[in-house]
Amino acid sequence: MLTGKKVIVFGERDDISGTTVSTCLKAAGAEIVYEATACFV
Amino acid sequence: MVTTPVIKNCSYCLVHVPDLVQYGSKPRREIIENPSSKESIAHSLRSYNKACCYPPNQTFVGNLSPDELGNIPRPWFENEALCSAKGKFGEILDQKSFYGLLKLADVLNPPLFAVDDTVLARLREGLAAHPLLAGFASRLAAIPQDVHDHSRQDPSRSSALAMRSEGKSCGWFYGDERAEGKGDDNLGPYTLLENLCTKASGALALTWLLHREKINPEKIDFLISCGEEACGDRYQRGGGGMAKAIGEMCGCTNASGMDIKNFCAAPASAIITAAAMVKAGLYKRVAVIGGGSLAKLGMKFQSFLEHGIPILDDCLASTALLISEDDGASPIIRLEPGAVGTVPAGAGFSDEAVFRHYLLAPLESLGLKCTDIDRYAAELHNPEIMEFAGSGDVASKNYRKIAAMAVLAKQLEKSGMNAWIERVGMPGFAPTQGHIPSAVPYIGHAMEAMNRGEIKRVMFLARASLFLNRCTNLLDGVSFVLERNPRL
Repeated sequence: MLTGKKVIVFGERDDISGTTVSTCLKAAGAEIVYEATACFV
Repeated sequence: MVTTPVIKNCSYCLVHVPDLVQYGSKPRREIIENPSSKESIAHSLRSYNKACCYPPNQTFVGNLSPDELGNIPRPWFENEALCSAKGKFGEILDQKSFYGLLKLADVLNPPLFAVDDTVLARLREGLAAHPLLAGFASRLAAIPQDVHDHSRQDPSRSSALAMRSEGKSCGWFYGDERAEGKGDDNLGPYTLLENLCTKASGALALTWLLHREKINPEKIDFLISCGEEACGDRYQRGGGGMAKAIGEMCGCTNASGMDIKNFCAAPASAIITAAAMVKAGLYKRVAVIGGGSLAKLGMKFQSFLEHGIPILDDCLASTALLISEDDGASPIIRLEPGAVGTVPAGAGFSDEAVFRHYLLAPLESLGLKCTDIDRYAAELHNPEIMEFAGSGDVASKNYRKIAAMAVLAKQLEKSGMNAWIERVGMPGFAPTQGHIPSAVPYIGHAMEAMNRGEIKRVMFLARASLFLNRCTNLLDGVSFVLERNPRL
């Protein structure tokens, strides 16, 4: 579904972490070019 | 004989420090970028009385229960309930009194917090008028007048921080300007003010703990600090020593101590460590202390300015907990093998993996289901502060995840999630002070509810953003179960 797409991922510790989002998007064929997880507390 | 460790007592304190908000990490950086924001911040600060009347603050110090807070309509800053500075678990201290503690916490010569004799007298008067801090006032009287020595620069031309309160100057806060401190960023005024704020607010919480327990400080055997500061010089930033610094200030002459670091989960890690020490018979009374975080003052100030409401993250928060041998009445900490929740380094990054390890696994070890827990205490950040900043209700998000895990474990029907969350959850009520809101603010309320026989078992779940250290992408989770004493 996302094959050939480059993706920037921002996640949040108390919501969905960046690594979790990346795992899903990679499974859909995306290339993760940047990933970060923020902590807002 | 092996004893069962209990949480014997607790204290929770807030310190309203509007004039220190500008020295929080976020405001400080914004003021450098845009100096006019300093004035905007000053105009958006609330009064001490308003901070006292704020329902989440009343909940933190124990005058309102989390359930009572949940029944107060939002916005809470417009719906005041009680307005008491004194709380069941501690107090909301005013800035002037705190500056007195800050001055006493300063042991350097020449002093970091330099005040003239007029200000020193004013700080002394503030402490002397306080029933619990009068002893500190007499020690403040023994401090010689701080005359700026000639080797010191004009404070207005150095990096010293102006200290103000109630529109008046209260002196200057310097870095370590001795030869051994010069040029060391770790010993500059900002970092040392941060460290001393942790020490002074931690000392306030420990003083309240000793008062509530009615014991002399000499009775404490060991101290564990779990604050967010990183004391030390250029060769060992984060070396520690905060526990003994606080203990020394409070007269715990027989106690040694150490600091535990685990980001926001440090208080939970410290409680578990203290309980294990007591169970092993090493010590009888261990005090766990979490001092407040200067860096996190005003963390969300921009959102408050945008919405035209008062800056609500204007308080340092601190806590102290006494872990001791089973007294037949206080709630017990379950320490059987597997009872404490941890997240191994190989657990993976997903929330599901984390929750399996620090929620489901310990319950399984104890032969319990998720539904056997009466209340869960997770990240109890005040949602009013978080939502204005666009970060959402952190407590609520964590309750959704806990309930989802209970459903995945087939211990709860999906259709019953919301009702269950309503029963086991609670609104967040702690200011954004990082480690302080992480599960532990409910301990005092849990002790009260267990004492009244309303609840039997509480699970505390704390999370730590290990990835902030830039050495790993991991996060951590730490949990423990507290139970009503079976002999009560």
